[in-house]
Amino acid sequence: MSRWLYALPALVFAALVAYFAAGLTRDPHLVPSALIDKPVPSFALPSLPGSSVGLDSAALATGQPQLLTVFASWCAPCRAEQPVLRHLAEIGVPVRGLNYKDRPEDAVAWLGQYGNPFTSIGVDREGRVALDFGVYGVPETFVIDGQGRIRYKHIGPLTPDDLEQEIMPIIRKYGGF
Amino acid sequence: MFPELGHYALVLALVVALVQAGLPLAGAQRGESAWMAVAGPAALAQFGLIGFAFATLIQAAIVSDFSVLNVVQNSHSTKPLLYKIAGVWGNHEGSMVLWVTILAGFGAAVAVFGRSLPLPLKARVLAVQAMIGVGFLLFILATSDPFARVDPPPLDGDDLNPLLQDPGLALHPPFLYLGYVGFSMAFSFAIAALIEGRVDPAWARWVRPWTLAAWTCLTLGVALGSWWAYYTLGWGGWWFWDPVENASLMPWLAGTALLHSAIVVEKRDALKSWTLLLAILTFSLSLIGTFLVRSGVLSSVHAFAVDPARGVFILGLLTVTIGGSLLLYGLRAPALKAGGLFAPISREGALVLNNLLLATATATVLMGTLYPLFLDVLGAGKVSVGAPFFNATFVPLMIPLVTAMVVGPFLSWKRADWAGVLGRLAVVGALATLAVLVACWQSGGGPVMALVGVALAAWAFFGAWLEWAERIALFRAPLRVSLRRAAGLPAAAWGMTLAHAGLGLAIAGMTGSSFWVSERIQVIHPGDTVEIADYHLSFQGVEPVVGPNYDAQRATFVVTQDGRKVGLLAPERRHYTVTGMPLSHAAIRTTGTADLYLALGDEDGTGGWTLRLYHHPLVPWLWLGCGVMVFGGLVSLGDRRLRIGAPSKRRRRPTVPLVPALASSDDSR
Repeated sequence: MSRWLYALPALVFAALVAYFAAGLTRDPHLVPSALIDKPVPSFALPSLPGSSVGLDSAALATGQPQLLTVFASWCAPCRAEQPVLRHLAEIGVPVRGLNYKDRPEDAVAWLGQYGNPFTSIGVDREGRVALDFGVYGVPETFVIDGQGRIRYKHIGPLTPDDLEQEIMPIIRKYGGF
Repeated sequence: MFPELGHYALVLALVVALVQAGLPLAGAQRGESAWMAVAGPAALAQFGLIGFAFATLIQAAIVSDFSVLNVVQNSHSTKPLLYKIAGVWGNHEGSMVLWVTILAGFGAAVAVFGRSLPLPLKARVLAVQAMIGVGFLLFILATSDPFARVDPPPLDGDDLNPLLQDPGLALHPPFLYLGYVGFSMAFSFAIAALIEGRVDPAWARWVRPWTLAAWTCLTLGVALGSWWAYYTLGWGGWWFWDPVENASLMPWLAGTALLHSAIVVEKRDALKSWTLLLAILTFSLSLIGTFLVRSGVLSSVHAFAVDPARGVFILGLLTVTIGGSLLLYGLRAPALKAGGLFAPISREGALVLNNLLLATATATVLMGTLYPLFLDVLGAGKVSVGAPFFNATFVPLMIPLVTAMVVGPFLSWKRADWAGVLGRLAVVGALATLAVLVACWQSGGGPVMALVGVALAAWAFFGAWLEWAERIALFRAPLRVSLRRAAGLPAAAWGMTLAHAGLGLAIAGMTGSSFWVSERIQVIHPGDTVEIADYHLSFQGVEPVVGPNYDAQRATFVVTQDGRKVGLLAPERRHYTVTGMPLSHAAIRTTGTADLYLALGDEDGTGGWTLRLYHHPLVPWLWLGCGVMVFGGLVSLGDRRLRIGAPSKRRRRPTVPLVPALASSDDSR
């Protein structure tokens, strides 16, 4: 009996290894809710050419709720949500852009063609920061409150309905408009 | 050419490690002293080779050799020298080389300082140490070559992430690794003892200094990391229960338990198989800490590059190292003889309680860190546990732990007088009550948990010093006698007092900054005044400054308190020219009992600047407390009994508890 007690640590560890092995086959970043109500991951990203303002975590805590949208020039649905983002910019909600796995010159051209609704843009060429945010597709939009906490995550392009039914209630709840 | 030599040296080191892992072990089994004698020189050679490889990597970074990929990706010619060097371990490949360098360094230290160790024990310890080395050298050579070249070389490098260009973070990884890897010594000694089938007080006395050194470094490493997070990340927080942070906390908790249970083995020859298990677990948690975050199994805010091929290798390595050692434990530990008996209320009893609570706390943190993975694998959905989980589980375990921590040193070995000890502790209770009353008055009530925190902090701090005061008979004997006694106290006793008192200070800092922090975020224009706590800050304006590899906007604030000017604060908004990254460089004014913390945000386009202000009461005590704990560890390392190579005298009679002359000095009560 007591001999088995000594073997217990090895048995527990074997179970742990089985979990790790299973975990290796999964993408740890597919946790949609993991970051809700948490501060944004700390990061700092350079700007696009032609602009001097990049994006970092400090810029996401300005006392006012704002949006962080992950976009790329190669992403067709991103075009679809441009009017919605422009509308937000017009009514004064800052929208920050995270340019995801994109060539900066392509992104500049794309913004020139479809308009630039973003207050500032960070260039995430390797997608590292997006990984920290748990991004697994483009576009995705995060609602961030004035203290820099992520309050909501929307997957896919924003439609006017999404804006009214999901995004705006949260922005109002956290003190904007 | 140096990088190729470095790479070649790593390959040679692998070969030496293979020899060191095999020959001495076989020699110890067969009693061939010539084979066993190989271990020492091999350990030195291995350290020399790996140290050379590490030096070539540093050399490449210092001279900015941009034909080396690792230097290109992490350095830039304009980067200050300190960060050129620190950048070497700011990335996965370089930090792995640092890891094996330290591992080989500990092996070499045993070879040099272990002259008085029994030869078979020394041979086995070094062989186990070399086995670990083989695993990780293979890992570096197979998956993480730090010496890879680029052709054609670029004109300049990509620079290091500005968040990492900081003195706190330059020193954080080396100390953290000294801690993690230092526990490999306890591990190797435990495995050697299991192979030999014998654990005795001499063994414990051999293990303790290594454990203590590792614990001291790890404490410093964790504290530096936390301090860095506090002043760079700009949130003013110092602990986030992030997987990477938990990974350093778990070995710290287990190592603390090991430090204490080794005392029982040393003094009372009890808890032997438990101590062996702890030694194995502590290093296993260090391994999990170093490697799990790199494997892709767990996601983290500041994980290194995630790579599945490395993940599989790492998992294999963990399975062999940890699984193998636990299996050996399961087979050999039942044969160990149990040692001295003791009553539940005794010094041993208190140390067992300490171990139970610390082990439970470690398990709790492990559960909280791995739980999301468990649920995901079981298909129960994707969740995450954060600070709420840890606050609800970890904190309640710390309350009895700290309470018992004060009582323990007052108890005598074997059987203690419970009522008598409680009576002596009345003074500490009164002081803790007084501290709570002062905190109540200062904070105007304060949440209950904050008052509990203050009570615990005062209890730990004053309890540690009361025990010290009793040892030197302060106020009972003439001052002259007390001073002489204090000077004659063993270093280990001083170390304990300092470490326990330091923990009290740290708890006060944690409590203050968790419950009484005030923060504001607002947009201000030059000429505006903001107020926080009882400070007035008037915003003078913003001027551009040029740093070595960045440009910055520096805001100046005149700080006044009660109408009196107390200083200037100048937070900066930096822009690193090479990476194009912005960074907020906080300005902190500390009074010793509170921090005033300013972080500058972006300009809003109309001349207004976003400013975040925090007032953190007591947070300096957190760093001070950690510093005192580290100092306590260092003092304790100087203890005479750890420096005397006791095992050589004791080889023939290993089961006698202690040489009375050595033991009596700090066991006198």
